[in-house]
Amino acid sequence: MEYQVMTMGAQTGSRPRPKKNYLNETHGFWSWAGTLDHKRIGIMYLVGTLSAFLLGGCFALLVRLTLMTPTHTFFGSKTPILTAEQYNRVFTLHGAIMVFLFIIPSVPAALGNFVLPLMLGAKDVAFPRLNLASFYLWVVGALMAVLSMVLGAVDTGWTFYTPYSTTTDGPVTLMTAAVFVLGFSSIFTGLNFIATTHKLRAPGMGWFDLPLFVWGIYSTAIIQVLATPVLGITLVLLMLERSFGIGIFDPRIGGDPVLFQHFFWFYSHPAVYIMILPGMAIISELVPTFSHKTIFGYRAIAYASVSLALVSFIVWGHHMFVAGQSQLATVIFSALTFLVAIPSGVKVFNWLGTMYQGNIVLDTPMLYAIAFLILFTIGGLTGIFLGTLSTDVHLTDTYFVVAHFHFVMMGGTVTAFLGGLHYWWPKMTGRMYSEKWGRTACVLYTIGFNMTFLTQFFLGSKGMPRRYYNYLDQFQPLHAFSTVGSWVLGLSLFMTLAYLLASLRKPMDAPDNPWGGTTLEWQCSSPPITHNFEEQPVVEREPYDYRPLKHA
Amino acid sequence: MEWIRNLMLPAQGSVFAGEVDNVYMGLFWLSAVLFLGITVAAIYFAWRFKYKPGRVTPHITHNNTLEIVWTVLPLLLCVGIFFWGLKGWMEYAVAPGEAMEIQVTARKWNWAFEYPDGSRDAGTLHVVVNKPVKMIMTSEDVIHDFFVPDMRVKHDIIPGRYTEVWFTPTVMGKHVVTCAEYCGKGHSDMRATVVVESQADFDNYIATGGTEWEDYKTHMADWGKIQWERKGCNSCHTLDGTRSKGPSWKGIWHKMEKMRDGSTVLVDEPYIKESENMPQAKIVDGFEPIMPTFQGLIKPHDFEGIVALIQSLQQ
Amino acid sequence: MSTSSVDLHEGHGHGEHADPHFQHHFTTMEQQFDTSKLGMWLFLATEILLFGGLFVGFGLMQARYPQEFVEAHEHLTRWQGALNTVVLLFSSWTMVMAVDAAKKNKRQTSARFLIVTIVCAFVFLVVKYFEYAHKFEEGWLPGKFYHGEGDAIPGSHGYATFFAFYFMMTGLHGIHIVAGIGLLSWILMRTKRGEFSSAYYTPVDLVGLYWHIVDMIWIYLFPLYYLIQ
Repeated sequence: MEYQVMTMGAQTGSRPRPKKNYLNETHGFWSWAGTLDHKRIGIMYLVGTLSAFLLGGCFALLVRLTLMTPTHTFFGSKTPILTAEQYNRVFTLHGAIMVFLFIIPSVPAALGNFVLPLMLGAKDVAFPRLNLASFYLWVVGALMAVLSMVLGAVDTGWTFYTPYSTTTDGPVTLMTAAVFVLGFSSIFTGLNFIATTHKLRAPGMGWFDLPLFVWGIYSTAIIQVLATPVLGITLVLLMLERSFGIGIFDPRIGGDPVLFQHFFWFYSHPAVYIMILPGMAIISELVPTFSHKTIFGYRAIAYASVSLALVSFIVWGHHMFVAGQSQLATVIFSALTFLVAIPSGVKVFNWLGTMYQGNIVLDTPMLYAIAFLILFTIGGLTGIFLGTLSTDVHLTDTYFVVAHFHFVMMGGTVTAFLGGLHYWWPKMTGRMYSEKWGRTACVLYTIGFNMTFLTQFFLGSKGMPRRYYNYLDQFQPLHAFSTVGSWVLGLSLFMTLAYLLASLRKPMDAPDNPWGGTTLEWQCSSPPITHNFEEQPVVEREPYDYRPLKHA
Repeated sequence: MEWIRNLMLPAQGSVFAGEVDNVYMGLFWLSAVLFLGITVAAIYFAWRFKYKPGRVTPHITHNNTLEIVWTVLPLLLCVGIFFWGLKGWMEYAVAPGEAMEIQVTARKWNWAFEYPDGSRDAGTLHVVVNKPVKMIMTSEDVIHDFFVPDMRVKHDIIPGRYTEVWFTPTVMGKHVVTCAEYCGKGHSDMRATVVVESQADFDNYIATGGTEWEDYKTHMADWGKIQWERKGCNSCHTLDGTRSKGPSWKGIWHKMEKMRDGSTVLVDEPYIKESENMPQAKIVDGFEPIMPTFQGLIKPHDFEGIVALIQSLQQ
Repeated sequence: MSTSSVDLHEGHGHGEHADPHFQHHFTTMEQQFDTSKLGMWLFLATEILLFGGLFVGFGLMQARYPQEFVEAHEHLTRWQGALNTVVLLFSSWTMVMAVDAAKKNKRQTSARFLIVTIVCAFVFLVVKYFEYAHKFEEGWLPGKFYHGEGDAIPGSHGYATFFAFYFMMTGLHGIHIVAGIGLLSWILMRTKRGEFSSAYYTPVDLVGLYWHIVDMIWIYLFPLYYLIQ
């Protein structure tokens, strides 16, 4: 269904579809493997990161299946689904794959790569060869991670705390080396996006004409560039501690295990903003487009994005309130953590303010956006329980934390990612997916997600610690319910994969601007030609301007 | 509203639990209000402002007053919540001077406790009701964590260092202690029990190892089974023949067991005693030398119970 | 946003598309040059943060083992460190001169300065080789391989940790010097082939920036390790 776009003038539907586009202009393996086209690189990242999501998701289903009964058996079988050692490896891999192979690259490298230059009215990113190199680094890191799984897999948790990680068996050095390589993939993507945003904007596009998606990706890129190197060096120190016994983290050779945690979280806290900022960036596109109304509080959202990026660097100690850091540090980190809550809240209010008096279409991307508002709110509010010192003592290291971060990372970022994927699907593939299936899957996803993770808040507050294979019988009903929820959630995602793939068999008949969006990517064809635009777009209006044009 | 609190939180077992629960419930209601507000707004707006062809939306780019209000009010709320949390936390962070000190040693995958008089025990912690007690904790290997959900206290236990946590128990009975920092294979089996009792019972326990065992005088194997759980033997030894990190205890009594160094040994009481105190002296063939020592940690009646248990597990 | 279209060929000089180095997603050579420079600065920021973690780690370990660190650092030969510092500073100057010559179309001069820069880098590595060899002999090795004699606090981990950091930081720096030699050699080859001129000397400029950062990191390493009392 093509919505009447008031502001587009004569653009919509009047241009003939170009015969050659970025997908069919060249053929063959090497035209993809050696491409410098940001759109093709984005598609390759999409396939890669979604494959990682599938693998990490299967591990999650396995974890939940193992936790369904206290004996880890299923439907009357005698042998447990996983032994304790296998379980420890599976939950570690679930975390590591999801964090490093999926979530961190997903929105920026897959969707961002595709959309950013289009939104800026540019032909490509600043450094196309570096972009391809980033992708290959991702591939190498992924292969190294898979190799480490084949060689026995690590069982340290994705956080690699010492001295467990410096003394346990298993391919820890290989896995941390994989993460090191993936880190550089992320750094180069961030570097590329910063340079692109600064230098390749269309004529007339000042900073406050940028789409908010760009502000979000840009803020993310700042974190990628500044925080990831610290993870890099931390992992190098870990590897050297294991092989050379340098004596920095292991107390038996004079090191300090808490120092590892400081180094690790100095990156990993900003990293969670690498994960959420792009998700929020997508919501800032979906809400005004599907409300056919200008975004409420553009500048507030832009400033909130950058301030989230900056403040994210000074709250890492809130992961360590009971870890043995000094009392003064603990108090300061809690206070700063409350600061970081405010910009997120402001964004939620602004999105609601955009919907108010809008003209709202509830297509699949918008349904995901609304799901985001609800799920991210729960995630954010439960963060307050954890930032508050007295309650954190009870709740940290329990399932409450597991529920909290799944609500913000999955209920937040993945939900937004799915919304963005559906939103830009016609632009990327030239086809529309089935709206009916899209809406059904979204509803099922939201139900399944809540069944799985809302339950886990109660498990946690009742005292169930995390990373537990065995548990007290009293927790079994909640675990079983959460597991059933994971099946509903998994089903919804497989459903989504199925109908999206099915759409690829249809002819390329998507309009340039199926949703009535105002940003520049809707000015080119669906899918775009290799150079993106026939003629250099020039920006003359405010962003998200849905006021009707006065025709001459 | 007790039932809502009980839905979400364990029983209150300490003075601190009351404080934590107050803050928790306060945040819960605040979150409920904010969550409902946002959710209802989103769903209502989606319905009320549903798409009508031809309708032009108002061009509202911002509203400075509104935006300032909804930035400043949450900020003030956050400041308030921070101080509320700080107040409770300061109680948790500073133990009273008269607290009884207990040395806690955590290791993969069990707990050792030492009382002020030097007596020691594994797996069970005895404390006096309404009297503060402070754990002084260290680890022998990796990072562990002492977590008592009923008391609402938790703190990491770090090798090479001492960390502290304290509480004043208010409810007599048994409470679970559970390791809350991932430490490997036996992490989820690393449990201990806090026994909160009267001063008299506590003194008796310190002097004699307690009187609880007397209920099992005629069936010491059952007492042995309780010790098997409490002292953490169960994290490595099964009773049903299943192979775990250590040999199963089923069917080993008076068996000629083959050791790693090729020798054979009779499994009798002296052998079990030696395994308890110097576990590395003789390792059963096919197993690793990972058992920690329990020297001084198992009282005579408890040891009797364990032997009785092993004797009872004939084929 | 509504858009009007602009002829892509307006607004920049006719030379742009003739230059074989012009990348077509840019509109002008100047934009391309500015963007490349921005990219290089961003990369250098990441390098600073990478080394920064090690500096912080060193500082914390020094606070933990003050006596051992002072004693261990006596084993470092100051004159060799100072010589390396002078060599690198000099090489930074020659690098600046090489960039300047490239900008001014002085191909031969530029090549000569590049060669001197590369020679300086090799001198640095040779001095480092002698330093490392001496330490291996004496047993002043990192971490679990440490077996130095005559320590004031025998059995303390502080010495092993000092040398662990010494080798890690100078080693990582050395790897960057080697990478720098590679980059400088590549630039030298392209200079000799006549690829650079006043219209296009970006790679020389960018490698110059890299070289300065590598030098600058050494400027911090040298006093930290060799001069701290």
